[in-house]
Amino acid sequence: MESDQHFGQLKDIVKMYLPDDVSVDAIEVDSNFVKELNINSANLVDIVLDVEDAFGIRLENEDMDKMQTVQDALIIIAQKLQVKK
Amino acid sequence: MNRRVVVTGLGICAPNGVGLTNFYESMLNGSSGITFHQELADLGFGCQIAGKPEIREGLKESYFTSLQLRGLNSSGIVYGVMAGSDAWKDAGLEKADKDLPDWDSGIIFGTGILGIDKLRESIHLIDNNNARRLGSNSVMQTMASGISAYLGGILGCGNQVTTNSSACATGTEGVIMGMERIRAGKAERMLVGSCNDSGPYIWGGFDAMRILPSNYNDNPQEASRPMSSSASGFVPGSGAGAMVLESLSSALERGAKIYAEVLGGAINSGGQRGVGSMTAPNSQAVQKCILEALMDAGVDKSEVDVINGHLTATSKDVEEIRNWSEALGRTGVDFPIINATKGLVGHCLAASGSVECVAALLQYREGLVFGNRNCQDLHPEILALVDASRIPLKTISHTPGIMAKASFGFGDVNACVIFNDYKVK
Repeated sequence: MESDQHFGQLKDIVKMYLPDDVSVDAIEVDSNFVKELNINSANLVDIVLDVEDAFGIRLENEDMDKMQTVQDALIIIAQKLQVKK
Repeated sequence: MNRRVVVTGLGICAPNGVGLTNFYESMLNGSSGITFHQELADLGFGCQIAGKPEIREGLKESYFTSLQLRGLNSSGIVYGVMAGSDAWKDAGLEKADKDLPDWDSGIIFGTGILGIDKLRESIHLIDNNNARRLGSNSVMQTMASGISAYLGGILGCGNQVTTNSSACATGTEGVIMGMERIRAGKAERMLVGSCNDSGPYIWGGFDAMRILPSNYNDNPQEASRPMSSSASGFVPGSGAGAMVLESLSSALERGAKIYAEVLGGAINSGGQRGVGSMTAPNSQAVQKCILEALMDAGVDKSEVDVINGHLTATSKDVEEIRNWSEALGRTGVDFPIINATKGLVGHCLAASGSVECVAALLQYREGLVFGNRNCQDLHPEILALVDASRIPLKTISHTPGIMAKASFGFGDVNACVIFNDYKVK
């Protein structure tokens, strides 16, 4: 349940960075941000900042390196929220 | 290879008009874009008036994607992208295909400093030990070439894409650089122009130099007074102007409309020698620049019909008129018709040359010479050189023939371009 909600929130963040020819529906749990969704790699830092704001967490450089797919991001978000609790 | 170069597109984002239609109306009727700015008063500026393009709600959305608009805090990029995109469209040109750059089209789009508000925002984050929160867009919004980079990506230009910078000569210099590239056969089309941010962080330094008028805060539209005996300093401005320059062969092949021909131009510097300095032009260099531009254009001094001056509304206007008069060897009623766009828009700094070139070129389309505002009281030393009939106060019906446009900048740098009515010959 919680992960569905996180996916929805993440999707709302990611859709802003999609190129014109990629639809929001293309965002799946296993989508790779750069290779499949064609997101400019420079925008990954913006996605990280948006995630920090939306979830009230802080991501480090190594978290960002691990964040290749939507799934990777969801795992990192869940871990950070766990630590926060 | 020495090919003819013509102007096929114009775009403008000026204090007295955003878009060609609005700008033309203002130029025609002598409507000023100078307004009072509460922000400048609150900050304790001496000069609390300025020229700033009014971008109506929702207009930016037609030029930028929602992602580009996010965190966009660089007014120069907004003005420049609007003017540049408009000029491209006005020329009847399309954006390049998604996967194929347009190798024959390039961009020279100048600026002085870019994205100063974004820079301020970034400095605050960095000073608060929060550099990681800058995000990805602080670099592209504050690098000088940000403006040509934004336009290059939007239009898909694959030729030279660069930004020139020569203070207040920037815009006019860009026209000459673009012309030279097309002449040399290195490009078919060059989008040229320039932009300048607005706001207190741009204008503050000039206020500190005490070269802006401080007596017109209640009467902003009367403040910018080029050639007037009561001129008391230039009114700071901002905005962008853009032109599509094109080889004549490419323009004819496309059946493009042609505003005018760019016959030639010259760029030089007074070397900050003689009377020249960081802030004052060396008259010898100014005259040399004018004469070299005429030579490059293959035009005789006697043929110059109209001048659009640099004329900023400082005491230097007299010196500029003297330089034109001495360089061309012409006085009184024999002096060309002259106008100063700054009376209506203020001094748009790095954008001044391009904004004023667009104004000058519109005169060909309309068969007019725009009037001069705020110089009913012409400076006596100017009147001693030029007959008052050559300085129209209202817009007159007259299709310009050979027209000279010059811009001068801090650093003792000069640029002069020569346009001509396009005739098939």
